Amino acid sequence: MSNTESTTRENTLEYSIGLGDDSLMLGQRLAEWCRNAPLLEEDLAISNVALDFIGRANMFYEYAVELAKVTGGVFKNQSVDDIAYLRDSREYLNLLIFEMPIGDFAYTMTRQLIVDLFNVDYFTALSASSDSRLAAIAAKTLKESKYHLRRSHEWALRLGDGTEESHTRMQNAVNELWGYTPELFEMSETELALLPAGISVDRAALFDTWEARVSGILNEATLDHPPGDWQVTGGRAGVHTEYHGHLLSEMQFLQRAYPGLAW
Amino acid sequence: MALLPVTTHDQLIRSKARENSLCPQIWALLDTVTDPEIPVISIWDLGVLQDVIEQASRVEVVITPTYSGCPAMREIEQDICKTLKRAGYSHVEVTTRLSPAWSTDWMSKQGKQQLMDFGIAPPTPTWQVRKVICPQCASTDNSLISEFGSTACKALYKCNDCLEAFDYFKCI
Repeated sequence: MSNTESTTRENTLEYSIGLGDDSLMLGQRLAEWCRNAPLLEEDLAISNVALDFIGRANMFYEYAVELAKVTGGVFKNQSVDDIAYLRDSREYLNLLIFEMPIGDFAYTMTRQLIVDLFNVDYFTALSASSDSRLAAIAAKTLKESKYHLRRSHEWALRLGDGTEESHTRMQNAVNELWGYTPELFEMSETELALLPAGISVDRAALFDTWEARVSGILNEATLDHPPGDWQVTGGRAGVHTEYHGHLLSEMQFLQRAYPGLAW
Repeated sequence: MALLPVTTHDQLIRSKARENSLCPQIWALLDTVTDPEIPVISIWDLGVLQDVIEQASRVEVVITPTYSGCPAMREIEQDICKTLKRAGYSHVEVTTRLSPAWSTDWMSKQGKQQLMDFGIAPPTPTWQVRKVICPQCASTDNSLISEFGSTACKALYKCNDCLEAFDYFKCI
């Protein structure tokens, strides 16, 4: 095996972990709505979307587990569950927007809108990846994200252009989340290294389309576009918000209390 | 205008795999494996079963998951193993094929009828305008209650004629 080949494999492994972590964190957050949603249909909808995100995390981690068999390193001989449940905060590589708390319903749906819009373009691009496994995962995921977007788009319009109360809550959510959106378009070193071979997606290139579409929806929902005068990043380097540890303590409880427990 | 029966390329590959298979008896056995959430439809009719390969004493069953987070997939895997082991196949492996991604277009005509009889409105072909038929009274005057229903694969509708709520198998 050549040096470049093994470096590429290591980078692809880390890339898969990062994409898996993004999905797992949001899946875990959405699952917090289970039995707490404002109405039964929403409870079912959010739980279903949560399962889609946890399912895609599983697909990315499965690929990571297979790559680790060849690359060795910290993930060697680890299972998907080990990767999902037994790391500490600094070892998770998810972007910050995915770990933010659920807030109120407006906050949750605003994040979904931001993320679903982004994911549709991201997974469209990843489905053309030169890595056939990543391309297959992306093609599967894309169908689901398109479906998710239909709902988050509809809620954004209904709540944004709804009552005074729902409008205020939506505007607050947009303002509070906006500073976490630039990180979606930031390339990590690993992603940059995988770009020339056509394995990773050029995030920065997705910004203009996303910005145009999200602006259009905000406008349609009578919401103001935030000035974008602050931003926070660090997730891909393992530097997380204060919410991350609390999320992990709940998510990891079962595996920590009963090590090796299987479903 | 009558609609021509359209078979997608992916669907054609699936049916060829079954027709040309050297182990039709295994396919037949697998027809008894159903979706645990919708026990009237077999994994073949649902479009999940892709291929069966028998090599010496080893049987490989290839499946494509419906939704990434569908908890039924794991159960289906276990049911495949159980069914084949009961029939005397000791070495069974279930592999997952992600690409091409599963589509409701892979569902058989028989499968769609079984859904209808069970009380679930079958999916519209993806190339057609969505047409939802109430499984109780066959009315097409329906309204959407929620894009998401009791499982990942279904949406919730209400019939405006007989007023019954019913599940619609989402088309993806």
